Amino acid sequence: MRTPVPEEVLVRVVREHAGRLAASLVSLLGDFSAAEDLVQDAVETALRRWPAEGVPERPDAWLFTVARRRGLDVLRRESTYRAKLARLAWPAPAASDDRLRLIFTCCHPALSRAAQIALTLRVVCGLSTAQIAAAFLVPEATVAQRITRAKRKVAEAGIPYRIPPQDELPGRVNEVLAVIYLLFNEGYLSSTGERAEARDLVDDAEWLAALLVNLLPKEPEAAGLLALIRLHRARGAARFDERGRLVLLADQDRGLWDRRAIAEATALLTRAARAHRRPGPYQVQAAIVACHAEAAAFADTDWAQILVLYDLLLRLAPSPVTRVHRAVAVRHVKGPEAALAELAELGDELERYPLLHATRAELLRELGRREEARRADERALELTANPAQQALLERRLGWD
Amino acid sequence: MKYVLMFVETEEFARSLEAMGELEREAAYAAVMRWFDEHADRITHHTHLAPVHTATTVRLGPGEPVVTDGPFVEGKEVVSGFAEVEVADLDEALKLARSWPACPVVEIRPVA
Repeated sequence: MRTPVPEEVLVRVVREHAGRLAASLVSLLGDFSAAEDLVQDAVETALRRWPAEGVPERPDAWLFTVARRRGLDVLRRESTYRAKLARLAWPAPAASDDRLRLIFTCCHPALSRAAQIALTLRVVCGLSTAQIAAAFLVPEATVAQRITRAKRKVAEAGIPYRIPPQDELPGRVNEVLAVIYLLFNEGYLSSTGERAEARDLVDDAEWLAALLVNLLPKEPEAAGLLALIRLHRARGAARFDERGRLVLLADQDRGLWDRRAIAEATALLTRAARAHRRPGPYQVQAAIVACHAEAAAFADTDWAQILVLYDLLLRLAPSPVTRVHRAVAVRHVKGPEAALAELAELGDELERYPLLHATRAELLRELGRREEARRADERALELTANPAQQALLERRLGWD
Repeated sequence: MKYVLMFVETEEFARSLEAMGELEREAAYAAVMRWFDEHADRITHHTHLAPVHTATTVRLGPGEPVVTDGPFVEGKEVVSGFAEVEVADLDEALKLARSWPACPVVEIRPVA
């Protein structure tokens, strides 16, 4: 009797092979939608049978055989597909290029962001509709509809299945990076006890970023995003206390940080920066996180360097939210009054952004303006929907 | 693939066109003519529509069709013209639309 296969092993194996199979099938059949259906069918068969039978020695060939057999069944009437499927042998050639084409198709700017994310998770990572729905806390029917619509738009609107030409590549790479970054954020921000399943999204995001680094070795922003994700993950063990409550950076037990992972991610970032000399928002954000990660204690944080990096980030990607984060660095370099003045300029634009109020509260408390601080914390609490942030603010207000 | 690019005017765009001087407006029209010339090999048909006040809409439903004055969308954005183009795929259509020098919204729709 075999030992049962743990869920995460199944997810990992599927993620490793589903995209490759989808890519080969699309390029062979020339039909995105048909290929995707075959892959999903093979993945579902695998998830049904592998837990009992064990993961086969060559999962790629196994998935391929199921997809091919199923394809022959479904497409028996359509002679063109049948001839193509009959010629199809595994391993299919030129798989890495095909996978890149697949990612660009899933993240095409003519699709909505929600559709891009659902399609990427489904087609490139092999997640089932149910898994995607669980990760985003939306009904399965919504995800299914999103995917169906997206596939129809790819086919009927003439979205090409190809790597964009050189002159369009930068913009399109940014689109792909944005999808991976959103995926990561969704998984990272919601990784509290109540939503443990959302942690898988962080895995998926890291995996996709690593894949992109392999497929696009000349794109430093892909390396920047991968480093950013890995730096955050390396500190993951210290983010929550034993009761599952969020712990702020200043209070984290740095002994729990994965120093080796931090060193590796920092080295990856440095290599990319040196080789290409093309700084971008992901590289700079990763550099900021690296500054925090390299400090042995909170008091050792190199805030002056962090402030320089925030200024660079604002030049590359202006954003009021980034200015809120920058204000924290201003606090440590120039004091709380200066930081408060920075935030005052953002008050109107970000009135509904909880972190603005929470940051203001900290600064006000430091200056002894306790009543104003309490009101700012209360406002932040009204605005946040994130349970971990809510718990933190309630603790600060002395409500628990 | 055949697509129709629908050029959509906004109130703001109409106002800024109105505010232009004679020379500026001529330059704007010239830019549009140049765009049509440059892409002539891919444009199969194009036309500019008469202004909104000439539009009439028929709403079909149960009972007698209702005929109303004005464009089909009551709104601040109005389709002012369209071009039918023959290109390889949506990316090529998008590229054309991005180079369009006049009104700020272009809807791209494949011809069924």
